[in-house]
Amino acid sequence: MTDITSFDAAEDRATTNSIPRNPPQRALHLHRELGRVWANDKGFWGQITAVSHTTLGLRFMATAFVFFAIGGILSMLIRAQLATHQGAFLDTEIYNQIFTMHGSIMMFLFAIPMLEGLAIWLLPKMLGTRDMAFPRLTSLGYWCYLFGGLIMLTALLFGVAPRDGWFMYTPLASAVHSPGINADVWLLGVTFVEISAIAAAVEITVTILRQRAPGMKLTEMPLFAWYMLGTSAMMLVGFPPLIAGSVLLELERAFGWPFFDPTRGGDPLLWQHLFWLFGHPEVYIIFLPAAGVMSMIIPVMCRTKILGYGAIVAAVLGLVFLSFGLWVHHMFTVGIPHMALAFFSAASVLVAVPTAVQVFAWIGTMWKGQPQLHLPMYHILGFFLTFVMGGLTGVMLAIVPFNWQAHDTAFVTAHLHYVLIGGFVFPMMAAVTYWMPLITGRRRIKGLGETAFWVIVVGFHGTFFIMHLTGLMGMPRRIDIYPDNPEWVWLNLTSSIFSFVLTIGFAMFALDLLLQIFLGKRESRDPWEAPTLDWAMPLPSPNYNYASLPTLRDLDKPARDVILPLARGEGALPGAPRGRREFLVTRAINAEPDHVAILPGNTALPLVLSASIGVFVLLMLASLYLLAAFALLPVAALIWVWVRAMAPSGDLRPIEIAPGTSLPVHHHARQSLAQSGLNALLVADGTLFASLIFGLAFLSVVTQGPAAPPAGAHTMASLVALGVIGVVMMIAAWIATGVGRGTAQLGVVLNIVALVVLTWLALTQMDDPTVHARDALRAAVAGYVALHVIVAAGMAAFVADQYRRGEITAQIHGGYPGWRKWQSFTTATTLIAIAILLAQVFA
Amino acid sequence: MRGASAFIAFALLAGCDTGLSTLAPAGPVAADIAWLWWVMLAGATLITVLMVVLLVVAFGRPKDTGSRVWTHGMGLWFSLTVLTALLAAGLWVGERIQPRDDDAVVVRAHAFQWGWEFSHEAADGTAVESNDLLHIPVGVPVDVLITSEDVIHSFWVPRLAGKMDAIPGRTNRTRIQADEAGEYDGLCAEFCGLNHAGMRFSVQAHANWPPDLNEAEQ
Ligand code: HEM
Ligand SMILES: [Cu+2]
Ligand SMILES: [Cu+2]
Repeated sequence: MTDITSFDAAEDRATTNSIPRNPPQRALHLHRELGRVWANDKGFWGQITAVSHTTLGLRFMATAFVFFAIGGILSMLIRAQLATHQGAFLDTEIYNQIFTMHGSIMMFLFAIPMLEGLAIWLLPKMLGTRDMAFPRLTSLGYWCYLFGGLIMLTALLFGVAPRDGWFMYTPLASAVHSPGINADVWLLGVTFVEISAIAAAVEITVTILRQRAPGMKLTEMPLFAWYMLGTSAMMLVGFPPLIAGSVLLELERAFGWPFFDPTRGGDPLLWQHLFWLFGHPEVYIIFLPAAGVMSMIIPVMCRTKILGYGAIVAAVLGLVFLSFGLWVHHMFTVGIPHMALAFFSAASVLVAVPTAVQVFAWIGTMWKGQPQLHLPMYHILGFFLTFVMGGLTGVMLAIVPFNWQAHDTAFVTAHLHYVLIGGFVFPMMAAVTYWMPLITGRRRIKGLGETAFWVIVVGFHGTFFIMHLTGLMGMPRRIDIYPDNPEWVWLNLTSSIFSFVLTIGFAMFALDLLLQIFLGKRESRDPWEAPTLDWAMPLPSPNYNYASLPTLRDLDKPARDVILPLARGEGALPGAPRGRREFLVTRAINAEPDHVAILPGNTALPLVLSASIGVFVLLMLASLYLLAAFALLPVAALIWVWVRAMAPSGDLRPIEIAPGTSLPVHHHARQSLAQSGLNALLVADGTLFASLIFGLAFLSVVTQGPAAPPAGAHTMASLVALGVIGVVMMIAAWIATGVGRGTAQLGVVLNIVALVVLTWLALTQMDDPTVHARDALRAAVAGYVALHVIVAAGMAAFVADQYRRGEITAQIHGGYPGWRKWQSFTTATTLIAIAILLAQVFA
Repeated sequence: MRGASAFIAFALLAGCDTGLSTLAPAGPVAADIAWLWWVMLAGATLITVLMVVLLVVAFGRPKDTGSRVWTHGMGLWFSLTVLTALLAAGLWVGERIQPRDDDAVVVRAHAFQWGWEFSHEAADGTAVESNDLLHIPVGVPVDVLITSEDVIHSFWVPRLAGKMDAIPGRTNRTRIQADEAGEYDGLCAEFCGLNHAGMRFSVQAHANWPPDLNEAEQ
């Protein structure tokens, strides 16, 4: 009995470092005051300028749902085509576009944005704060996602959508074999969308590390936060290889730089490595948030606490680590020696262990508690059945000899849908049904949801279970007709029929949501009697989440016990008496309160910025490269405006968050959110650089193409130039550690000098990048360095400008720490690049 | 699991008449892999049943269970044991079916958009070329050297062995073997553009090697 009621009886923990209570106020008064400050602007314009995580998180999820429906319609076309062996209703060109778009939409425009949306919407509520760390960035991410997605959809409408499969293998996707803009749509569109992934990853990391309620230790935070921390770390390291690969392939297609062309020293396998270095972690990026949802909902549905918190955290960290060591299992048939494959096979099998730990911890939790069959629980059971089977076929595919048979067949199609629908879609349906009352404030209408569940389960397994057999009977994936194989017809016909059942199920699920939104009765607060903060607020949740912020004494209690005190302003930082958006920032490990962050309000700047990036993308698509280069100027100008808006203004005095407890505002903080964000961004940036270096190493060690012509890089003049760049950059990094207007101005000059020398080197000394892949990659590395030097110059100029305006004082550092960090990063990468170049030249 | 037994029944039924089924192996390489599959299917079925039972039992009264049984006992040790055994089996099979330096017959497969050029050595040592039809001897291991003209393709004869990619700029080697003389179906397994679905070929296994092709055609 003890366990079941234990969260009711949670004892007050030691209150030594807890913050005193504020005097209660009238809840309605606080609500009005906060509402004025945090609300979106009115009407349609309000949607454009909104930066609130609640609005944007929901909008991310709603948009992802629309893309899911579009991807689903495409899958219906695929299934209709495959229902018979002559399949004569789509021609092959269109069919190829359709399956490529189905896969790409589902992965990049449904799954990833869906989990970003969930995290953006949920994390601040769960951690006890009022918004994400960088609200304007949330909005920027959304618009980039929307515009990138629209570009891809438009291409589909005009019949010029990508058609080379969702992993875009070269040389099939190269300019020679895939003329037209189809492949460019994929490369540019997906990269555009990935801006939102990087933005979300940065925000999520910072929010989890720096915005937990005071006293919520890292080791005690809700498991969903652990899962999202792992996910965002993986996104920071996983997406850069894809971005690097896409940029290189686009350079190859647009300018003939032969990174992947075997006739000019390139290697098609380099693309596969870069793609799967992203692609495998991607699978876990999709799975982890879903597993996080499981870990939150199962205990609540079972009236108990999660079993094995520590083991689950260890399993998450293990997954994050291991999942970067298995990408080669997608390449078992490319001719890598068996013993090397054995290593990756072992790693792939091993990754099942942390997954098993979690699955058994969940089942153990259910044993410990008293499971109740509410609707979310149905979907959790659907998850268990489906995901376990998908995991088992995954282990089978990790066994090398079996993989040689099953690879690229319908067996893999079956497997990947078992894990994606089992491991992501079912958990997301559980999540939506669970949190719906918090979103709408309404109760669902009983019956339809359960029916939808059963239709989905039957439809899903009916469609995909026999597809394993179809694959073993030899049917490859990505074919549109099979006239010579009548023995596959009954299998495919069965799949096709059930796939329509599945679609009906999803439609019923959507209908259930709509009914709940428009017709549901009002739900009372905390309907699930949950122990987490996300329910400690009124329904539906207001934009600002909490009238006053929860502190140590509010943690680990039933939500219903803390709703009222928080609404009455007894928590920290009550209301919005200064008329601006504020929340608490805490320290990463122990969540000691650190400072108060002042946030920007509603603004259309993110929309304008992403639209100007969109113009760049469209010009690239139209092959107007010179114009595209000019289109980067407004982008740079807008970024300047963006950062200017963060300049200190108004009342900068310390703020009393509770009686006798004052905290400085973020301009005076030692480590502000922006700096934490820059750290996270540099992790991604460093991985991007590492991906390029990986490419350079791969081409020189593994590829056996034609040798490169003798390089011009070892002329005396170019050696001197390299030396000058290195020394100048070292001086720049060194002076950036000091303070003063003069140093900032000097910083601008030094970076410009380095840039000029680099340009001279590129124009007069470097070998033609179109001749050989090695020189193309060197040019790409030079481009990477040049870009960073330009940004460093811009940042130094920004700091110098802040001095001129008198914004930087002894206490306020403004943009200084940011420039310093960026400058050292730029110098470090420049020196590494020079060292590698010299090593290659003299080796 | 009714589903699983139905699955097996279908598979057995389907296995007898088809040219592309991995479940109807016609040589030792494919047979080894098929055997591995049936073992894995049995194991996976057992584990699925176990999970379902555990879930059903969970709906009884709350039970007093320790957490280490689940996270360490089941999560760690149970899964590690099963996986290690499986991995060992996979490695063993993988090593058995590898091409190695014996004097296997060597033939060539060159893929292009969209078709195959094959060649084998005639008795006098000259290369004999054939389009979309590969000749091999029966009963002995045959190593196929696989290359590509343009994009990536994949050489696959499901009843004889697993697949191996044809990658421009590289030469890959895979081993196939047929137990009986006759014709076996093959196809390109890696998506290669518009006519990917039609990139089929056959393998003809001959009892006499090198074959007298004029005679064979009559
Ligand atoms: C709504 C139900 C769905 C159905 C009926 C369905 C059906 C299919 C079919 C028939 C194919 C492969 C065709 C072939 O290559 O022969 C396919 C491919 C694929 N599906 Fe789905 N699918 C569904 C949902 C999803 C979801 C939710 C995801 C991911 C979150 C997904 C991701 C993929 C991917 C990545 C591919 C591979 C595309 C490629 O080969 O380039 N699908 N789907
Ligand atoms: Cu993988
Ligand atoms: Cu092909």
